[in-house]
Formats: sequence, C-alpha cells, structure tokens
Amino acid sequence: MLRFITCGSVDDGKSTLIGRMLYDAHLVFEDHLASLAADSKKVGTQGDDLDFALLLDGLTAEREQGITIDVAYRFFSTEKRKFIVADTPGHEQYTRNMVTGASTADCAVILVDARQGVLTQTRRHSYLVSLLGIRHIVLAVNKMDLVEFSQQRFDEIVAEYRAFAVQIGLSSVTAIPLSALRGDNITSASPNTTWYGGPTLMGYLETVEIDAEATDGPFRFPVQWVNRPNLDFRGFSGTIVGGSIRPGDRVRVLPSGVETNVARIVTPGADLTEAVRGQAVTLTLTDEVDVSRGDVLCRAESPAEVADQFEAHIVWMNEQPMLAGRPYLLKSGTRTVGCSISQLKYKVNVNTLEHAAATTLELNEIGVANITVDRPIAFDTYADNRDTGGFIVVDRFSNATLGAGMLHFALRRAHNIHWQAVQVDRAAREQLKGHSAGAVWFTGLSGSGKSTIANLVEKQLHSLGVHTYLLDGDNVRHGLNKNLGFTDADRVENIRRVAEVCRLMVDAGLVVLVSFISPFAQERRMARDLLGDSEFCEVFVDTPLAVAEERDPKGLYQKARRGELPHFTGIDSPYEPPMNPELRIQTVETDAEEAAGLVVTRLRQMNIID
Amino acid sequence: MKLTHLQRLEAESMHIMREAAAESENPVMLYSIGKDSSVMLHLALKAFYPSTPPFPFLHIDTTWKFREMITFRDARMTELGLKLLVHSNPECIEKGINPFTHGSSLHTDMWKTQGLKQALDQYGFDTAFGGARRDEEKSRAKERVFSLRSAQHQWDPKAQRPELWRLYNARRSPGESLRVFPLSNWTELDIWQYIHLEDIPIVPLYLAKARPVVERDGMLIQVDDDRLPLLPGERPQMRSVRFRTLGCYPLTGAVESEASTLLDVIQEMLLTTTSERQGRAIDHDSSGSMEKKKQEGYF
Ligand SMILES: Nc1nc2c(ncn2[C@@H]2O[C@H](COP(=O)(O)OP(=O)(O)O)[C@@H](O)[C@H]2O)c(=O)[nH]1
Repeated sequence: MLRFITCGSVDDGKSTLIGRMLYDAHLVFEDHLASLAADSKKVGTQGDDLDFALLLDGLTAEREQGITIDVAYRFFSTEKRKFIVADTPGHEQYTRNMVTGASTADCAVILVDARQGVLTQTRRHSYLVSLLGIRHIVLAVNKMDLVEFSQQRFDEIVAEYRAFAVQIGLSSVTAIPLSALRGDNITSASPNTTWYGGPTLMGYLETVEIDAEATDGPFRFPVQWVNRPNLDFRGFSGTIVGGSIRPGDRVRVLPSGVETNVARIVTPGADLTEAVRGQAVTLTLTDEVDVSRGDVLCRAESPAEVADQFEAHIVWMNEQPMLAGRPYLLKSGTRTVGCSISQLKYKVNVNTLEHAAATTLELNEIGVANITVDRPIAFDTYADNRDTGGFIVVDRFSNATLGAGMLHFALRRAHNIHWQAVQVDRAAREQLKGHSAGAVWFTGLSGSGKSTIANLVEKQLHSLGVHTYLLDGDNVRHGLNKNLGFTDADRVENIRRVAEVCRLMVDAGLVVLVSFISPFAQERRMARDLLGDSEFCEVFVDTPLAVAEERDPKGLYQKARRGELPHFTGIDSPYEPPMNPELRIQTVETDAEEAAGLVVTRLRQMNIID
Repeated sequence: MKLTHLQRLEAESMHIMREAAAESENPVMLYSIGKDSSVMLHLALKAFYPSTPPFPFLHIDTTWKFREMITFRDARMTELGLKLLVHSNPECIEKGINPFTHGSSLHTDMWKTQGLKQALDQYGFDTAFGGARRDEEKSRAKERVFSLRSAQHQWDPKAQRPELWRLYNARRSPGESLRVFPLSNWTELDIWQYIHLEDIPIVPLYLAKARPVVERDGMLIQVDDDRLPLLPGERPQMRSVRFRTLGCYPLTGAVESEASTLLDVIQEMLLTTTSERQGRAIDHDSSGSMEKKKQEGYF
C-alpha cells in the first residue's frame, strides 16, 4: 500500500492527473462516468470531452465556484499495489491542507506546468514536503504536449529543480515528462518522448520502496487503552509506531523510567511471536508496573527522551493567531498535556525560505519556537519518528486543532533548573503575617472603575492589618512591561508577566490586588490556573461601554475615537467578559465604597482574610 | 516482516476505535447489519480483545429492513453476548411513514436521520462509530475520520479539524458529539476481501439466490413481505439476484447475479462497472444530495 500526495498550483493539472489515473486503473464506474459526462457539459472546461478534474471535486459549493477547498482522499489499486492519494488544492489554505495530506504520505508527486517551469509555489510545496519528512519525490513535468514534448525544456526544468532540491535536503527526486490530459507516460511509455528512458508515473508509484515498509528504528508503543477484562488480565493496547517487539524483550515505561519485560503479544486466536511497526496489538508485561494511557513503552536499551521543553517547527492552522505565553494543549502520541510557546524564534517565509523575526504566527505560517509543557513527556526527534516526534496544538476552550508541530530536540536548560527546596516556605511566611495569601484580579474596561475600587479595597485591608500590594498599569507598564505595546500578542505577554509576578507575591505571603483591563478570557484563565481556584478572586467591574466612554477620566476614549490610540479595548480591540467571576460589580448601581466592601466580604468568604 | 494492505487497514481501524473509545465518556457503535457494519463489529471485537468492546451497539430500525437482516442481527448479537439497542422513531410508527405514500426522501429523513438524532440524544452518546467509507461517494472523500457535530447534530464543513499523522483530536465541548469512521480508508473491494480472509458472517442477501423481485424504475425490488404494493400488471418473478448494499427493502435494488459464494462475489466485483450506491434510490435525487443529507445529520 502506498500513500502519496499530489501538489501543484491551481491549473497545473492535478485533478486531471488523478482523474486520469483513476480512469486508467478502470476505477471509474459507469454511473460515475454518466454523471461525469453530464457535469463535463455543464461546468467542464473541455467542451464535449470528459473533464477528468470533475471526478474529484466533492462538495457542491466548491464545485460551483470551480475550486476544491480541502484535503480529499482517493483510492485505487493496480495489480501490484493499493494507493491512497491525498489531493490538496492550490490556493491560500494551501499550507494547512498540504501539511495535513503530507503527514501520512510516503511519497509526493509535485506537478509543474512545462510552460511555466519551477515557480515560487513549486519551491513552497517542496519545502513543505521536506519539512514533513517525505523522502520520495516525483517531479511531474505536466502539459508536455504544449511544449512539443521538448527534451530541452524538460532538462532545463529538471536541472533547475534539482539544484533547489539539494538545498532543502530532498535527495531522491525522480523527474517524469507527462501529459495528464493526453495520457503520456502515465501508465505506458509515450511515443512522444522517445528521448526519455525513465519509468512511467504509475510504474514508479507501483515499485517505489517506502520507508513505512521498513521496521528499523527502536521499539515505540504509545499506550492507548488499559485492557482489563477481569482481575486476572492486565494488558496494554496500542499501535506499534517504531521497531518491533517479541515476548521476553526488555522495555522501559516512559516517562516513569520503570523497566520490565514483555510477557505476551495477545490477539484473538493465538498469541504472536513478533509484532512490528504498524500493527495494533495488546501487550502484557511480566511485572505489575504502573502503566496508563499516554505512557510510551520503549526498547529498554534505546528509549525515547523525556523532557518538558523543546524546540520545534510549528505550522499554524487557525484564524486565531498563535500567541507566545497563551496556554494551549498539546497532544503527542496518546498523551495530552498543557503547553505554551515560551519563545517564537523566527518564522519561515515559505516562498523564499528566509527567516524573519516574529511575535505571532498567523494562519498558514510556519515558525520555529521553544515550547514548554506542564509535565515531562516522552518523545523522539521528528526526523527519527513521525509518531513520537509529531504533535498537534489544541485550543483549551473551543477544542479546535490550532496547529501541528515537529519536535527537534529537548532544551537542556530544563534539566538544570531544579526547584530549591526552601525551608522558609509560604506557610511559614503566612504564619508570620497572621493571614493567608491570595490574589484579587480586577478586570473590566478602561474607565470602568477598577483602580478606584482596588485602591479602596487596599485601604480597607490595610486597616485590617492585612499585608497587600497593588499591581496596576501605572506601576507595571512603566517598569517591568515598558517594552510591551497593545497588540494582542503584547497584551497576552503583559498579563502573563503580571500573573507570574502576582504568583511570586502570593508566595511571599501577600494579598495581591491586580487591576488590569485583562480583556482575554484565556489569560485570566491562565492566571487562575497559576494560582489555584481557592486563592484567586476574579472581580468583574462591569460598566457598560457607553458609560465608561462618557466618564473617560483620562480622555483616552476620545483619543481612541480619533484614531490616535490603536488597539483600544472596547473600540477596536475586543473585551471578553468573564462568565463566572467570583464577584461581579455593576458600577452603574453600586458606588465605589460599597463595591470595596463587597470585595472584602468575598475575601472573608474565601477564607483569605479573617 | 511486511504487512499486507489489509493488515494495515485493520490496524488503522483498531487504532481509531481505541483512540475514540479512550477519549469518550459514552460511546456507541452504530450497527446497520450490512457488510460494513459486520466488518466494523469484527474489528471492534479484535481491538479490545480479550475485553468485550466498551460500548453498546445501536440499530436504527426503520421497520422496512429486509426480514433476513433482522434475523441475522438478533442471532449475531446473542451469539456474541453484546448489548444491542434498537431505536425506531415513534413518530414514524405513529404516522405509518413508508416509502410509497411519503416518498423515499421523507421516509429516509424521518426514520433514519431523525431516528438517529433521537437515539443519540436519548442515550446521551458523545461518540458514535459509523461504517462510512471515503470511496463511497464524492463528498465523503473529504470527510474526516473524527467528524465533529454540533449540539443539533449538524456537520459544518468549516468547523472540521485538520487530521495529521495518527493523531486524532477527540476533544469536544459540552453538547457537541463526534462521528468516528474507522473504515474511512477501506474500499468496497477491501471489505469483501477482508470478509473472505477473516471468515466474517454476513447477511445471506449478499449472495446470489433465486428471490422474488419486481422491476421498477430500472431497479429490481425484492418482494420481502406483503407490504409492498404491487402496481397494476406487476407480478413478482423469481430471479437469481444479490444485493451490494442493504437498506430498506423497497428502496434497495438487487443486481442479477449468479455469485452464490464470497469468492464469486469478489470475482464479480473485480469486473463490475457500476458503483455500489447505484442501487440506492436515495442518491439519485440530485447531484450533491449526499452532502445535503450530511449537513442535515444523515450519518
Ligand atoms: N494541454 C494540457 N492541458 C492540461 C494537462 N493537464 C491538465 N490540463 C488542463 O489544465 C487545466 C487545469 O487542470 P486541473 O486538473 O483542473 O488543474 P488543478 O487545478 O491542478 O487541479 C484544465 O483545463 C486541464 O484540462 C495536460 O497535460 N496538457
């Protein structure tokens, strides 16, 4: 079985090529042909001839617009092999779709139009193909009929392509002159290209030796499901994603590091004496060790690495940009952990391959970043193993898949910073101060009254003998966060720093009052997660925009309306109100003194103060 | 050791089932009694062995299925000791919805689409395994393996998630559910070859036999019981036929065939020139009709 992907720009003839292969493999059924003939007349581009491209377009909306939007999978087989083709369209969503299609492909067919030769897009496709680790490349020089099947033209294109391919590390490139429309060199050698002595496209695809068929590399087995039908049986079900395994083999469980031996490879029917990469099996172990879903069983002598900070390539696949510091989920193998991008080192211009400094990744952008996960995980370098080296990034709220990544290596730094076990701890400090520590997080629009209320709360607490500190825009933005502006990325980083400072101060035993607009739910959530629900009191200072704008104590709204303050919350930057704050204060009905009283009462209820 | 393509497909399907089951609170496997369901059931037994599959099986019964299907279903479930849930849309029972007076679209929508939504809501299933394959129909070629449905069971092509490697994102928000298609990458031929190789029991209707049929709109319809109203001049004839797909008998066309063994069927498959869906009345409505049905929640 061979999985391959076809890549090309719009109109290079991709759909025609796949349609042609299906047709030549006799896989187009009569009823499909009948509707193809009807469709060809209606929307086709070939007059009364069959428009093979129409065989492939699936969704009606797309068909009417004459474009394909997504990754589509096609199936055909010849006597030698079964094929799964990932077909991806050639417009703006291209990177996302192509990366998706390429992730499971063993081979890539890169189309160029013989008249146009190697284009920017050709370079982009090739880069993505190499990024995803595909090793077998066909350079399909299509529409040879339009250049009179010229050998010179073909050689020119091939020479140019090879020079570029070497730069990006693509070594095995087979170039084939084709006409998808007329069928030259698809299944049989074309009489129009007698100068060409290489394989036909089908001939190549039928015989190319693929990596997936080799089972080298050490044993890797991400545990999917603990199989416990009764008290006497405890097995671990999963798919072998590297190497092979036999009963008696020594394995190491990661991340725990415990070692044991494989006892049985259980399948219905009889136990197996060996299982290899690609097989879905159930293993039992000789010792009662702790193994659960998400762990990885590895060959003991060559285990995967374990770390919590990595460098990786990331491909961003969502309209919502990737922001450093924002909490996301990361799924690798069968393990899902919390993660955040600690630093985006650069993004890659997929057309020129140049690196550029960046703070965010937008949809379809690719970058190299440092990632931190909240628990150590087992991994291999993507170049060594696509399964243990690839991951997806998932949104904590919408659960959408936001991006995909390929791990390079662990950052050693992580191993060296050990938490100092200090004797003077938070409990000791709290005892000395005579009250617990915690954070009051005021959020709301500019001019909503946050700082007024926070100041009053601080006064009241102070008079109660509570040690406090107030963090607000004035004392943080002018110092620690002086280098940050008001773009979404900077706002996220601003709040991340404030939250971290707040955490240190809470650890110091203080009741910290934080007064920031903090417009995004995700960052408030991050702050809450950092501190823990029991010591985090979110206060939503709820003032309608119109009221805040009318108050406009610092004249900021006026400026923003005049366009002098871009990214102003409420005007041209969103505010996401909290859904379940510990306290919501409607300032239109409650005056500031009263509001401060409510906050203090809430802190008593939370046992933060007496 | 080289794996055959069927071994690869088998492993992939088992992987998908385990992944979905491990990440769901309340999964269910749809069991429609056809060949794809038979393969899916077989794979589920393998994937979780020696445990039994950690989910029940659900049949949306339109009451218009071939009688042999129901007999087969009950025998199979009893033999395997599995938990079967059967749901028939009570509104359809009450109104006596049938393909003759109400037309095939309404019939299918009410019994199948609405019936399925009712059952999923009633039991609160958050994941449902279905046996659809990408090769069945053009619009299926782009379907994800893990397909997200809104609380109203709607399929929004724009909200579908990219699927990379073997990594499936099974997370969902409250109210949302997943349809999971473990057989996405199988073709009709793979299904038959696998049934043969693994000796999987199937409903005998798939094999040719002399059966009473009438010819209608170019389709051969089996007179499965006396609810099929015969048109003037129509007389059931005994012909050697078999079925490529199984559904409601008045809507499922038979093909003339002498293939009375599995090997014969596979042989015929290799020579066939029409797609399996041709025998289904519901797909002929209009081009793109499957896709419309999918958006409405037809599986
Ligand atoms: N002359 C010629 N035209 C071709 C060939 N392959 C494709 N075309 C035409 O190029 C146009 C775009 O083809 P299509 O398959 O839709 O391109 P896609 O956008 O890459 O899928 C159509 O009009 C095809 O008929 C070829 O080998 N020779």
